[in-house]
Amino acid sequence: MWDQEIRQMASSHAIMASGVFMATVVPAVLVPGFSVYGTHLLWLYSVAGAVSVVNITLFWLLGVSSPTKKHTITYKVSRLVRSCLYLLLSCLFFHTVVILYGAPLLETALETFSLAVLLTSLTTLRCVCVLGPNVQAWIRVFSRHGAMSVWDTSLQMVVGCSVVGAWLGAFPIPLDWDRPWQVWPVSCSLGAVIGYLTGLVAAPAWIHWHRKHLTYKIK
Amino acid sequence: MRVRSSFFASFCLVLEVLSVALFLRGFFPVPVKSSYSSKSKLSPNLSKVPDPLFKRVVIVLIDALREDFVFGPNGRKYMPYTRHLVERGSTHSFVAKARPPTVTMPRIKALTTGSIPGFIDVVMNLNSPALLEDNLIWQAKTAGKRMVFYGDDTWVKLFPKHFMEYDGTTSFFVSDYTEVDNNVTRHLDSTLKRDDWDLLILHYLGLDHIGHISGPHSSLIQPKLMEMDDILKKIHGSLILKELSRRTGALPYLLVLCGDHGMSETGSHGGSSAHEVNTPLVLISPAFKRKGKHFQQVDLTPTLALGLGLPISQNSVGRLIQPVVEEASLRDQLRFLHLNGHQLSCLLKDSMPAYEKEEGYEQFRVAEKSHGNWLKLVVEGNTSEVLNNMGKKVLKQYLEALRVMSAALSKQMGKYDMYSMVVGVVLVFQLLLLLLLAMPEALSGASEVDLPVSSALLSLPFYLLCLLLFSVHMLVCTSAESACYFCSLPWGLVFGAVALSSALLCILVSMAARKGTKPPGKSPSRASGGGWSLSELDILLLAGTAGHTLSLAASSFVEEEHQVWYFLLNTLCLVVFQDVCRKYFRERSANIGVIGCSEDEDCLPPSKEGYAVASPLTDFGVTGADSERWLALATPLLTLACCRLLRSLNQTGVQWVHLPDLGHWLNSSEHKTVLSLLAAMSLALIYFLVQRRCSWVSKIALALGLLGVYSYRAAVGNVMLPWQHSGGNMSKGTMKARFVYVFILGIFFTGSKDLLRSQVITADARLKSRGLWEIYSGVVLLVALLFRAHNLPVLCCCLLVQSLMAQFIWKKLHYDAAQTTIMHYWFGQAFFYFQGNSNSIATVDISVGFVGLESYVEAPAVFLTALSTYAGPLLWASHLICYLSSENRSSVAVGHGCYCLALLRSVPAAAYVVLVTALRYHLFIWSVFSPKLLYESMHTLLTAAICLFFTTMEQSRSSSRP
Repeated sequence: MWDQEIRQMASSHAIMASGVFMATVVPAVLVPGFSVYGTHLLWLYSVAGAVSVVNITLFWLLGVSSPTKKHTITYKVSRLVRSCLYLLLSCLFFHTVVILYGAPLLETALETFSLAVLLTSLTTLRCVCVLGPNVQAWIRVFSRHGAMSVWDTSLQMVVGCSVVGAWLGAFPIPLDWDRPWQVWPVSCSLGAVIGYLTGLVAAPAWIHWHRKHLTYKIK
Repeated sequence: MRVRSSFFASFCLVLEVLSVALFLRGFFPVPVKSSYSSKSKLSPNLSKVPDPLFKRVVIVLIDALREDFVFGPNGRKYMPYTRHLVERGSTHSFVAKARPPTVTMPRIKALTTGSIPGFIDVVMNLNSPALLEDNLIWQAKTAGKRMVFYGDDTWVKLFPKHFMEYDGTTSFFVSDYTEVDNNVTRHLDSTLKRDDWDLLILHYLGLDHIGHISGPHSSLIQPKLMEMDDILKKIHGSLILKELSRRTGALPYLLVLCGDHGMSETGSHGGSSAHEVNTPLVLISPAFKRKGKHFQQVDLTPTLALGLGLPISQNSVGRLIQPVVEEASLRDQLRFLHLNGHQLSCLLKDSMPAYEKEEGYEQFRVAEKSHGNWLKLVVEGNTSEVLNNMGKKVLKQYLEALRVMSAALSKQMGKYDMYSMVVGVVLVFQLLLLLLLAMPEALSGASEVDLPVSSALLSLPFYLLCLLLFSVHMLVCTSAESACYFCSLPWGLVFGAVALSSALLCILVSMAARKGTKPPGKSPSRASGGGWSLSELDILLLAGTAGHTLSLAASSFVEEEHQVWYFLLNTLCLVVFQDVCRKYFRERSANIGVIGCSEDEDCLPPSKEGYAVASPLTDFGVTGADSERWLALATPLLTLACCRLLRSLNQTGVQWVHLPDLGHWLNSSEHKTVLSLLAAMSLALIYFLVQRRCSWVSKIALALGLLGVYSYRAAVGNVMLPWQHSGGNMSKGTMKARFVYVFILGIFFTGSKDLLRSQVITADARLKSRGLWEIYSGVVLLVALLFRAHNLPVLCCCLLVQSLMAQFIWKKLHYDAAQTTIMHYWFGQAFFYFQGNSNSIATVDISVGFVGLESYVEAPAVFLTALSTYAGPLLWASHLICYLSSENRSSVAVGHGCYCLALLRSVPAAAYVVLVTALRYHLFIWSVFSPKLLYESMHTLLTAAICLFFTTMEQSRSSSRP
């Protein structure tokens, strides 16, 4: 039914995953002394940047987000400003949640905020790209039976997987193994990225598997 | 037989407590203690201790020195000088077997007392880390020996004020393996030059650290061992020099090289593998001629004691290493052996009821008799060859008797009583399975469980099983080598346990069969009526419970269990928040169609208060019905903020416990004003939150009681009163505490009066819920009295979260009894850690036992300590019963709650019992897992009591129903 869309999604997800991969490999070649654990923040921002660039480009090219009715410059600018505002708010939101989960308030603020930026680029950015800066639509998608297209379903899965990945990533921290990846926030950001990659793989696969049973309300 | 699910649950839980107690008895064998164990009463020496053999003794203890580092094929390379001495010099070298747990502290205890320390010793000596038992070091001190110690500061803690001179190094930084040893060696030169000491102990930690870092085959091992070898050479050299210059006739020296435990192939220790257990023991002295074989590590204690002319420690199970004394005259040797044998036989008498039948004891008696005969002949002046041969025979008899007695004693000591443990585990698991199998029925609308008791009891398999188990019991008990608690129980009790176990098995089988025959489609509907589809909340609750149970297998997760609970609780709050959002936003979008505010915006400031949220909204013109909605939305966020604050109030656990926390900040003397204000505000808020559902009598009592709490804290000196500026006289505040106790009793009295009236005279549900609430407020007042001043915010936040959640979340979102119970349980666990508890024994606040008491009285002190330690779970459980019985919509809610509580407690308890059995040779079994086991059993006991209370409450409901 949506074979073409699924294929489109699979290929775009492959590009996104390779973006994450490149963001790890390219700095390792260019920057001397680069390592995922050692210079973790650098890796984190390079992944966040790569994911953002790839996401924005791909979704702009694909034109998934709901077609805008108005084409005036002011409308576009206001959309852009609102998107940026939402992204910033989402960074603050993730930062707050991470602190509520027990991250130190001041000592590791930079690391915590970097994790928040990474999570934003993995989750909220995709929401903005797919749904536009429209909170009502976000709430609709994330409430039960709210998906209205394959892209909505994939959005749910990717966001869910990233968040759950970051959540699971916190578990190794209390272990007394003294490994470099137990340092805050390495395990959480690794978990989030691994969860994101899992989501990228799982979403098209799951949709393909269940394509007979999936029914969407008409937009 | 149909029973109510609450009754069923409490019954199961009570039985489970008994089985866990049986398990505990098997897991912590009561240590063998001589009846003259305390150091004050010295043994009435039958024969005086003979003269010492050695003048000065140097003990070089190298942590984790494995036997093959010295005696193995690499020994020549690693420790050339030592090997040379072993092969040529005047030495005795042995392999000394350490007992598991092969961990430093118990090993030091074993080396000095000669006994085998168990975990229960640690609990018994809760107050002081010092070793109170009779030991070698203490004996040496009382005999006026001057001792010098350098090395691991465990010794300094164990023997405070025993050493004339000491320098302790901490083994905190495992990655440091040079500095720790240099800190010991730097004192060596000056000490060896001096002559003013009799006993020098050196404890080197570096080797152990290298083992932990890189294992026994690392390249770091060889240089370290060569360093140790050089040290030994230096000491030996200087001792030889002293020997040369000594007057003739003076006593020789003794140099002991030993390890406390070995090192496994991965470099750790704690278990019972051969590499961990076998340590070298090299005794170097000019008095020796040759070398020997395998011995126990504890054998060093009597040998050293006799060598130094000291009495043997009372609880020592070691036997004299005979080659050490073989140069002495036969008469002296026999005397040594007799002393050792006498001490062992005393210990045997105290530890075994049937000591006379013990083979070693009989042998000792025989040897003693022939020793007496021999002595008689010697005194008569007989010096024939026959006499000498006879003496040798006596010696052999003694040695054999010592060997058998020592083996019998140590068998009894350092061993787990596996049979009792297995019986306990089996019973716990049967009960857990029973609880699990009964789940659909227990949570059904009728809240009754149909137990096929009579059919099980009358069936043939039951009797066959009884017979089978009983014969197995007989078989195990008659063939058991060591003492077994379960075997020593009276027959009636054993028969009861056997019958219970087989009845449970029959009931389980028939219930499972009944479930199998039932058509699978017709599963009993749950009270929520939502079928079996799980919401996110259900998934989280189930996964969290399962995940927590699994996490107990890792020692770090046991140490940092609070992190697990905080993490789960946060997630729970977020999921509840999502539920609330879904409910209100969907309603709203259905009604109005426009959403003005994004989800993110109201999540921004984390530290706003419930009322502060309401006020800006009223500015927007949001009306009454809306404000409730916003309060409901704010409740989970407020809970999150509370949790975050409380979490930084008390740092617990192990890894991050050293970080500064609010509790320390508040308790420092310059912040006393802040603490006083905080305490006063918390008490006021507590009053405000609790009083609304009490009768006016209780209200007054509560207010006066809380005032009393504050004045008690002021009297003790924790907080200030505005009119009391000089903090001069600090009293114990006994009168004030008793004043509060009076009000607590008063509140309990009015509460139970209301309960009784509602039960007997009128079937008034309102009266009953008021009575329950009054009992709850009495508990709150008691906890407020017991909590330290800086912990009062914990109590305050607890009440705040309870009332907000009850009002806006649990009722409004129609969570069923099971979900509410799980949430209460999680909150209870988290608050257990919020108040500063951890899974180590050290955080139990014993000072609570003295509130309102002039001196230590055991029963109330234990009760108060337990109450204040488990205040969090207790408060949440009592809130649960208040909440569930005030709820009008379902009459079976209390039963469901009770059942869920019992199940929630049984799952981790059962899993943990099995885990501990499997990990009984783990490195951290004594330091991490055993304390947690005690906490788990205590918690199970508490939950059983609460469940019984639930049952009585539900009983009155069902009797009041018709």
